[in-house]
Amino acid sequence: MINILSSILILAGVFFYLAGSIGLLRLPDLYSRLHALTKADNLGLGLLIAGLALHSQDLFTVLKLLLIWLAVLAASATSAHLIARQARRQETDS
Amino acid sequence: MMTTQILYALTGCVIVALGLRGALLHASLLQRIVAINVMGAGVFMLLIAVAYRGPGLPPDPLPHALVLTGIVVAVSATALALALARRLHAEQDDD
Amino acid sequence: MKTMTLHVFDGLLLLSIVALAWASLATTDVRRSVILFMAFGLVLAVAWGRLLAPDVALAEAAIGAGLSGALLLAAVHRQPRPLSPVSSNDSRHQGPNGLSIVVRWAVTLLSAALAGTLAWALLHAFSSTPHNMLPQAISGNLAASGVSNPVTAVLLNFRAYDTLLELAVLLTAVLGIFSLGQATPGYQPAGPVFDGLVHWLVPVLILMAGYLLWVGAHAPGGAFQAGAALAAAGVVLRLAGRSRIGLPDGSALRIVMAAGVGVFLLVGLSLLLLGRPFLGYPPAWAGALILLIETAAMLSIAATLLLAFLGGQPESTGVKAAAKQQREEISL
Repeated sequence: MINILSSILILAGVFFYLAGSIGLLRLPDLYSRLHALTKADNLGLGLLIAGLALHSQDLFTVLKLLLIWLAVLAASATSAHLIARQARRQETDS
Repeated sequence: MMTTQILYALTGCVIVALGLRGALLHASLLQRIVAINVMGAGVFMLLIAVAYRGPGLPPDPLPHALVLTGIVVAVSATALALALARRLHAEQDDD
Repeated sequence: MKTMTLHVFDGLLLLSIVALAWASLATTDVRRSVILFMAFGLVLAVAWGRLLAPDVALAEAAIGAGLSGALLLAAVHRQPRPLSPVSSNDSRHQGPNGLSIVVRWAVTLLSAALAGTLAWALLHAFSSTPHNMLPQAISGNLAASGVSNPVTAVLLNFRAYDTLLELAVLLTAVLGIFSLGQATPGYQPAGPVFDGLVHWLVPVLILMAGYLLWVGAHAPGGAFQAGAALAAAGVVLRLAGRSRIGLPDGSALRIVMAAGVGVFLLVGLSLLLLGRPFLGYPPAWAGALILLIETAAMLSIAATLLLAFLGGQPESTGVKAAAKQQREEISL
């Protein structure tokens, strides 16, 4: 039962990663690519971690996994913001 | 002698060759430094493939320790090489 | 069925690793090359996890991909123009480097020959019976080594001499970097978003470093990974334009830099004085001595990697430097 649920979650996460990668390749400009990549990849990671958390032995591992997700969330949001801001500056300068 | 070991060891050899070719042929100093790092990564893959003993058994820890040492030494050598490259650029710009 | 899936996974992983290495070295744009190299390092960390080498995977992700990538990216940012030779008129017979096609093919064949020789030697070694002497010796003596993580035992007890020399190599590299010039100029102060991230990320990184140091005795971790996490905290502070990035000033900095090698040597020599071999820990004290050496090594490694990122001798901050500046301004 846990295996089935965990597999569904992990597959859903992989699907979101795939969607993010397709968005990276197919979307027209930097901002939409950043948007797709950040949102889809973080959601995919969240689903992956939920699937992995079902398999873990104790609460400590679940908390560690959650901390990983939060850290990646914050870091990718910040870096997407920095990239977009820099691109905006270069646009308005030239 | 396992398929996994052979696969990873052969890939390690290929990466060492790629890195060596890049280190000898590239124009830019920075790309040559990257190529040498790639070569180092190939050597690490060789060592860790040799240490792998199979899915159930614990791997041989000695090559792991060697690779750990190697990673740290590689990054310090890269840092020194980059400092040298920066100084070289500064000297070139002056003349 | 399970081994079949695993082989497919291995094939895909190795294909992406080789493809990333190839792409990183085939492109002529240096920035793209560096970014592909960082991706290569991260996928390599996955491969180390697959081959049951979690300590190496941690170190590769933190140091090999993270810190190396940061160093290289900072270098690319400083020098957009490559250090290339003068282009000549005759471009028919010459590749992008000015080397002739013949030379390029010769080098490619040479590299292929090297790979072939390595592969032949490896297959020869694999086909002979493996001797298990060293791994058995390690697992046999693990109980007396003071830790239960075999990699930490090898690094800090059985092959402690090698780790001592490695810390000396780190120190030498940073002394070389010092002698080549001053640190790079800092970055501009960060905006609110990045500053907010730094505000809580740096304490979490410091806590993580302490955890990795402690857990290295019985699980994957250890001084190198912990030092890399601390150095990452310093790098993040530096990128956010802070003036204080965790490095002490003046002579305190030199003490921290030398602490790794110094504590290691002190422990080894005092054991010599007590009549034991150099770095031969008594089994009752081994755990505590290893933790002591690892703590000093962690601080030393963190300082070294952060100074490597700075690229030279740091401009002084702090009370002494401010007082010195005031005296200089008064005398002018």
